[in-house]
Amino acid sequence: MELFLSKLSTFGNAIPGDITQGLIWGVLAIGVFITYKILDFADLTVDGSLGLGGVVAVVLITNGVPVPLAMFIAFLAGCAAGFVTAFFNTALGIPGILSGILTQLALYSVYLDINGKANAPVSVDKYPLVLSSRFVTAGNASADIIKTVGTALIFVVCIIAILYWFFGTEYGMAIRATGCNSNLSKAEGINTKRTTIVTLVISNGLVGLSGALLAQYQGFADVNMGRGAIVIGLASVIIGMVLGEVILRKHFNFIAKLSFTALGAIIYFVVLRIVMLIGLSTDNTKLFSAVIVAVFLAVPYLQKQSRASFAKAGKRSEESLGAGKESV
Amino acid sequence: MLELHNIKKAFNKGTINEKRALNGVELTLDDGDFVTIIGGNGAGKSTTLNAIAGVWPVDEGAIIINGQNVTGLSEHKRAKFIGRVFQDPMTGTAATMEIQENLALAARRGEKRGLRWGITKREREEYHEMLKSLDLGLEDRMTAKVGLLSGGQRQALTLLMATLKKPEILLLDEHTAALDPKTAAKVLELSDKIIAEHHLTAMMVTHNMNDAIKHGNRLIMMNDGKVIFDVKGEEKAKLTVDDLLVKFEQASGTKLNNDRMLLSE
Repeated sequence: MELFLSKLSTFGNAIPGDITQGLIWGVLAIGVFITYKILDFADLTVDGSLGLGGVVAVVLITNGVPVPLAMFIAFLAGCAAGFVTAFFNTALGIPGILSGILTQLALYSVYLDINGKANAPVSVDKYPLVLSSRFVTAGNASADIIKTVGTALIFVVCIIAILYWFFGTEYGMAIRATGCNSNLSKAEGINTKRTTIVTLVISNGLVGLSGALLAQYQGFADVNMGRGAIVIGLASVIIGMVLGEVILRKHFNFIAKLSFTALGAIIYFVVLRIVMLIGLSTDNTKLFSAVIVAVFLAVPYLQKQSRASFAKAGKRSEESLGAGKESV
Repeated sequence: MLELHNIKKAFNKGTINEKRALNGVELTLDDGDFVTIIGGNGAGKSTTLNAIAGVWPVDEGAIIINGQNVTGLSEHKRAKFIGRVFQDPMTGTAATMEIQENLALAARRGEKRGLRWGITKREREEYHEMLKSLDLGLEDRMTAKVGLLSGGQRQALTLLMATLKKPEILLLDEHTAALDPKTAAKVLELSDKIIAEHHLTAMMVTHNMNDAIKHGNRLIMMNDGKVIFDVKGEEKAKLTVDDLLVKFEQASGTKLNNDRMLLSE
């Protein structure tokens, strides 16, 4: 009982940090949503552009560049990474998944070129970072905690608002059409290569920004910080979509989808905290993300299968025929 | 309005599967011509429409629309001249988007798409009226996803989309082939109505000879990647299915080999 209570208090203390981290990864998840759900493009660039955004921000901040400007440049760096993947795909005809893998791999070297070594620290004591994990732990004043969580929340809300507007414009609608039916889009005069490029650029820009926020939050950028990021992004999107469908049903509109994607990221980190308190070791977090994504992807499929199963049809047929006519 | 000069196209060139799909198509349509196209399997009917739409570049020849040479324009650049309805109802609409969004998408065919609203309030009112005229009850479901509509409803919507911004030429590629007979008749009737109302120049591929005779002011028959028979006006109106079968044998030296066509008589 005592152990349980102490774990509960650990959990309570960790919640604000987990929410902040969830919101930061929510920015990445929204980027993944744009490619995976809207454009129907599985973009693996994400694993590289997260670290790129992180290291660009840290190197600029530690060299005296104002934090907002550094973050904007991290966003642009992510955009550039997305452009490279889009170029591989649209101009050179390399399949989407492979294009992303190539960029992601190349970015590993780019990271080391920028920083010279794997780890790039940035201290909140020396620089005016927008948020830091230092201010959301147990001993902090609640004003600090609210400010940190609030900062992350403001980023997410602004991004959702901008994207909601953008995907309602003529060009945003052209992007949605491209993802839905590229043949129709061409017949309607949409340059589908260009819409693909624009989408990948925006998406990876957001991932770069997420990397800049994450590096500040954890106090360093690391060459491996993006490893498996796409899986966490996908997990957030999928958790968000499943929840949204269940809770909002018919009213699960576009703005709700963006919001639930960010919510999915928060839930991911909260659940991760719970399983870690139960006894999952930090070495196994990647295993956890893989299992989460596999489970959430499998459930709708298995549900459909069980609704239309031959075994059940066979049983029903036996019942309707009456006794004595068993299936083979 | 539309000129096709010696259009040639081969697929899988230089391989054992080489297929010479178009072997010098010559055709000139006048303003307001509504041409029905019939022919055997692999005669080049749909391929001709795809050549006009610019799905791929042709090997030889020139495509002129309204005096402009469009042979070198890619599919999306050519789209401003052309409205299209496809055989598969899935192809002509964006299933995960709303009915009104599909219309708004089509209303901007060939125009620069920027950061203005993708659909305005005034457009919504216009679309409401247009959908009402279809008499399918779609005007009350404008925010429904197109994926929820039946094949016939989707084809009717695609027709509306293809003609929302008046095209120089309307291409109908067996657009009723995937529908049940009753729905097919309705969609054909709607096609006639829209073409007449807007005085459109149109080409319709069909495998139903009766439809080919009944609709339009001109009929062409294709075989082996060429136009082998071309009638219009009075002469076309007097045609019978038997006439067409005889004409085909005379022009091609073989019996007509379109399995679906024979079944649908």
